[in-house]
Amino acid sequence: MLEIKNLHVKLEDEDKQILKGVNLTVETGKVHAIMGPNGSGKSTLSYVLSGRDGYEVTDGEASLQGEDILDMEPEERAAAGLFLAFQYPVEIPGVGNMTFLRTAVNAQRKARGEEELSAGEFLKVVRAKAKELEIDADMLKRPVNVGFSGGEKKRNEILQMAMLEPKMCILDETDSGLDVDAMKLVAEGVNALRDAGRSFLVITHYQRLLDHIKPDVVHIMADGKIVKTGGPELALEVENNGYADILAEVA
Amino acid sequence: MAAAVKHPEVLAAKLASMTVPEGGAWASEARKTAQARTEATGLPARSDEYWKYTRPDAWTAPEAGFSGALPASDVLGEGAVTLYFVDGVFDAEASDDPAIAGASVELLSAAAAADLHWAKDLYGVLEQRGQSPVARPMAALNTAFAAQGVVIHVTGKAEKPLRICYRSTGGECAMHHLIKLDKGADLTLLEEGAPAARSNIVMEVEVADGAAFHHVRLQGPEDARQTLSHIFARLGTESELRSFTLSVNGAMTRNEAVVELTGDDAKILVGGAAVGDGAFHHDDTVFITHDAVNCESRQVFKKVLRNGATGVFQGKILVKPDAQKTDGYQISQSLLLDDDSQFLAKPELEIYADDVACSHGSTSGAIDEEALFYLRSRGVPEGDAQDLLVLAFLAEAMEEIEDESLAETLTEQLAVWMKKGR
Ligand SMILES: Nc1ncnc2c1ncn2[C@@H]1O[C@H](COP(=O)(O)OP(=O)(O)OP(=O)(O)O)[C@@H](O)[C@H]1O
Ligand SMILES: [Mg+2]
Repeated sequence: MLEIKNLHVKLEDEDKQILKGVNLTVETGKVHAIMGPNGSGKSTLSYVLSGRDGYEVTDGEASLQGEDILDMEPEERAAAGLFLAFQYPVEIPGVGNMTFLRTAVNAQRKARGEEELSAGEFLKVVRAKAKELEIDADMLKRPVNVGFSGGEKKRNEILQMAMLEPKMCILDETDSGLDVDAMKLVAEGVNALRDAGRSFLVITHYQRLLDHIKPDVVHIMADGKIVKTGGPELALEVENNGYADILAEVA
Repeated sequence: MAAAVKHPEVLAAKLASMTVPEGGAWASEARKTAQARTEATGLPARSDEYWKYTRPDAWTAPEAGFSGALPASDVLGEGAVTLYFVDGVFDAEASDDPAIAGASVELLSAAAAADLHWAKDLYGVLEQRGQSPVARPMAALNTAFAAQGVVIHVTGKAEKPLRICYRSTGGECAMHHLIKLDKGADLTLLEEGAPAARSNIVMEVEVADGAAFHHVRLQGPEDARQTLSHIFARLGTESELRSFTLSVNGAMTRNEAVVELTGDDAKILVGGAAVGDGAFHHDDTVFITHDAVNCESRQVFKKVLRNGATGVFQGKILVKPDAQKTDGYQISQSLLLDDDSQFLAKPELEIYADDVACSHGSTSGAIDEEALFYLRSRGVPEGDAQDLLVLAFLAEAMEEIEDESLAETLTEQLAVWMKKGR
């Protein structure tokens, strides 16, 4: 599904290398997790994959379902099936959440040559999915993420994911800022989307989310590289011992 | 006062290019004194402080810079009684019968021909009051030469909105509208389209105690029009006036509003949203005088500028010594979509009363790149994402339109124009 080879990325405006040769393959239908110390480059990787400005790829490649994505516009990557649940979802004053969702869903359908959803159809689907995530009608009416609590923003990200039904879902610390119940809701939202044709890359610091969303593979990222890859037990090791042992071992 | 007339040759050339319309005694007298007002001050020049940001020669030159036909705009008609004017001339055939319960509607040409008419007490009267402390010679020139316009006497709650729909095959026109609202009367007036390639429009509005006047104007989306407009209004006790203008493109536009709050507890809103591209220059100039107790004034203007477009805002709130408890609010904001575009703002407060709350703010900003990326990452193409953010920026101004369905129509129209204009 997602194949990243030797990816090197520096900041566009600064002489600062952030990703220093990332190699990572997420197979179709699998859930991979990435853990790693603060500042190791996890969010940068997710941004570069989704096409944010400000980074320069100096070497390597990344493809989604065999298609090179690094030269695509962000909207083309989205239409190709990539989705990023942001670590820090953006507030957009003046744009209603519902308008935003409908515009996004229909833009992607259009890009894929599918028919746009009617207002009625859309409303029915969004209401049902919002209900599962305990997002009330008021939150749907308000401007995108404006005045949402941290947890509400994260649930709103999952709602977008549920509406857009992407193929490759990257979740950047979707668990941070969530209370125990919200974490369960979000995990259920994610699990509901799990199927043989869809892959996940879950960036997290904590084992707790992985208790709910069972990963197939766990990677450790440090200083711009994947330094270790293992099974779910690797996350438990991090939870119990931190990164010191792992980093010493690969140094 | 009697400073020497600047550039007398500009005035002489302009006057020579114009014809005084026919009219009865009262109208001839009013036009003659208006011409004298113009001659006393001369026409505006680039050196005038009040015309610092906008070149007056677009209107002072004897010849209009452009004379092609302009596309028609006809979107606000639903439920309204419409009067069409083509190059400033009434088109009786296209127009509706102007019978509206609660209002009597006449043409200026007819009112001016009458020997006696109530219009005598309004025509040029508020315009003349608006000449101080800042001279507005182009408005006086309009009073002297405008042959056409709509003269409305509102006696009760007008049953339907009245719409003035302008169409143009080119050329130029001067039109002068009068609106007199009796005590407790209520009218919605819609204006739409380009009156001419070059136009000079004056509207005088007398709002009696407890009356309400709602004005929504749509200027656009022509690229070449040169539009100068003045609204002169006087408000009585507990009366209200709301005037909102949506302006899309146009080579040169200057919309002036000169408002006097003379009765206690009156409320005024002057607002606008403007979207300009390229050789676009749009100027909103507002002068609000608080001369009564506990009045509220709001000025809300937003502009979106791209490809080297220029936006201007000059807004003044003058609070006279007895105008206690004045609540004056003014905001002007621009969204600059590139570095070539510019926004020039001159907000002014002049306050002589001590118990007042006045605030003003002016900002210029760029598009929010984070928001743009967020939208694009959800699959919204860049152009559409930008339009969404532009509409969101303008929404705060559009909200000032009281009638929600009108606001919706204008917003939808704006979205269509923006998409076409990309
Ligand atoms: N635009 C930027 N300007 C300056 N430094 C940046 C920028 N973007 C990323 N960095 C730096 O790159 C490094 C990696 O940042 P990144 O956000 O990818 O880390 P992370 O692994 O997601 O960390 P965390 O676990 O704290 O979220 C950090 O040192 C960060 O300061
Ligand atoms: Mg991060």
